[in-house]
Amino acid sequence: MEKKLRILLAKPGLDGHDVGVKVLAHALKDEGFDVVYTGLRKTINQIIDKAIDKQVDIIGLSILSGTHLILCQQMKDELDKRSLAIKWIAGGNIPDEDVPKILKIGANAAFPTGTSIHAVIEYFKSMEN
Amino acid sequence: MANNELFWESGLKINPLYTAEDLQTSSNLEKPGEYPFTRGIHPLMYRKRPFTIRQYAGFGTPEETHERFMYLIKNGQTGLNVAFDLPTQTGLDSDDPRAIGEVGRVGMAVDTLADFETVFEGIDLDQITVSLTINGSAIVLVAMYFAVAQKFGFDIKNLRGTAQNDILKEFIGRGTWIFPVPASVKLVVDIIEYAAREVPKYSPVSVCGYHIRESGANPIQEMSYAFSIAKAYINETLKRGITIDDFASRLSFNFDIYGNLFEQISKFRAGRRLWAKIIREQYNAQKDESCHLRMIAGGGGGGLTKEQPENNIIRSAYYALISALSGTQTMALCSYDEAYTIPTEKAAEISLRTMQILIYEMGICDTVDPLGGSYFVESMTNEFETAIKQTMEQVEKEGDIIEGISSGRIQEAISKQAYIREKGIQEGDVKKVGLNCFKKEEEVLTVEFHPYNEENYAKQIAKLNKIKAERDNAKVKKCLEQIIEDARADKNIMPAVIEAVKVYATVSEITNAIKDVYGEYEEQVYF
Repeated sequence: MEKKLRILLAKPGLDGHDVGVKVLAHALKDEGFDVVYTGLRKTINQIIDKAIDKQVDIIGLSILSGTHLILCQQMKDELDKRSLAIKWIAGGNIPDEDVPKILKIGANAAFPTGTSIHAVIEYFKSMEN
Repeated sequence: MANNELFWESGLKINPLYTAEDLQTSSNLEKPGEYPFTRGIHPLMYRKRPFTIRQYAGFGTPEETHERFMYLIKNGQTGLNVAFDLPTQTGLDSDDPRAIGEVGRVGMAVDTLADFETVFEGIDLDQITVSLTINGSAIVLVAMYFAVAQKFGFDIKNLRGTAQNDILKEFIGRGTWIFPVPASVKLVVDIIEYAAREVPKYSPVSVCGYHIRESGANPIQEMSYAFSIAKAYINETLKRGITIDDFASRLSFNFDIYGNLFEQISKFRAGRRLWAKIIREQYNAQKDESCHLRMIAGGGGGGLTKEQPENNIIRSAYYALISALSGTQTMALCSYDEAYTIPTEKAAEISLRTMQILIYEMGICDTVDPLGGSYFVESMTNEFETAIKQTMEQVEKEGDIIEGISSGRIQEAISKQAYIREKGIQEGDVKKVGLNCFKKEEEVLTVEFHPYNEENYAKQIAKLNKIKAERDNAKVKKCLEQIIEDARADKNIMPAVIEAVKVYATVSEITNAIKDVYGEYEEQVYF
């Protein structure tokens, strides 16, 4: 591997559930990925600023309060507004039926409730190849 | 044989058989209602009165929440547990841009006292005890509760109920902190002190092991960290010139139930005994009631699965049994769909009936502490007590709990454990039926998701605007200035906050006034 994928894990909105995102951060780090975590309650703008500052390859949004469609749309709009082409994905408490909606908004992937850590790791590995 | 050794999640070793020889102490001579209360805090426990059923509920507008409360009361629920939306929990009004999509979503939206007037209308506040699940903005919401009770003509000297008001655990799990750690603790103590002086039957804090466990802690850490946090609040409260017996009997706890059945029961019996000893031996409490570990112990969401969700009904029934066998005062169960959505009315009803079946059909209330005297349970109660004590001593040795949380040391340790547990589940070492064993090949999820009502958002904002237009803005300004003045003078700001809510100052206006003096918490990010 020439360069490790650098991933920004982010908590947008007011949702305080961070067990999952921290578990994922540990797992990705164990797999050798370069992981940055934003902490709680960040605005989409703060997340994008952090992504630019840390020069990450991809942003992962963790959303468990049910606001995933709204926040994903904000993500898409803000990236467009700034003419940025950073890859991003969403995961958390997301019903299966919302996965196609998130992809349609413009996410590179969406991981609904019950996704295994292994599946997320495989996804990031596939991006490195 | 070494490879046959069996350990609980908390690390305690379990023997295949326990006999009279395992009981070194004379704990079998202990009696319920007598210090150190291992067998229960009352002599007759449920024989006198069954545990209180208090399901967590609240969503949408205060009008909708009011309707759900009336439904729950009609169906035999004896206490209410109010869920607030995230803007309310983090001190924002419904019209804040950061609140978009969140107004009324995970709980009820509250902006001003008018919302409390709607939700509690016609509810007998001296019969139904109300629990407010509020932490970061607790001082505002508790002030609203006292104000609405007075407005409805109840004497707050007799007002019962509970505020969660446990900010230290919010920095570990749940994450609805607002102010820096020391200021946050100061506000918790303001509420405790005010209640001790003016609302003596109210429980001003419910220390939550629950969320610490949900964040990844094992059952020993759940109890140890909760007790260390409770001690931090006690130590600060004592500095206000009130004695331990003035308020210790009003402290309450919220604990989690999932995992091994007997591990949980031993945990609670040991916790009750150790807490009594802490309060008597370390704080020199004279009154027996001061030593009572009063608790709500509920079925934990952490044990439930999205896969085969109906299995959660069975899990919750076992959790209810554990809770009753552990001598809880109050019980709440997560509903079977709560792993992924706000419970449907049907799911909430099944939870309610689960607890009622236990009380009315299973004979759970017939006798006190039915497991008392069991060689196994008594042995493990003893071992658990020692283990909780040792973990507390460890925390205190490394610096106190406030320092441990401020620096992020405790969160880091718990988060590592959450990772280990999750890895165990994903790799199949920790068995979860339907998730990593006995799976259905092609499971189609047939559950209903709680819809989000966009109209409620508009309604709530219209109501807020109307109140802002009709209230006396000069009075609001004066009250907000008083809060700032009292905070600067390091006084208890509760009286000033109560005056502010009475003139319809909003959650956000009051929160911002407090922020002016104390600033905001900056999260220590690590994992």
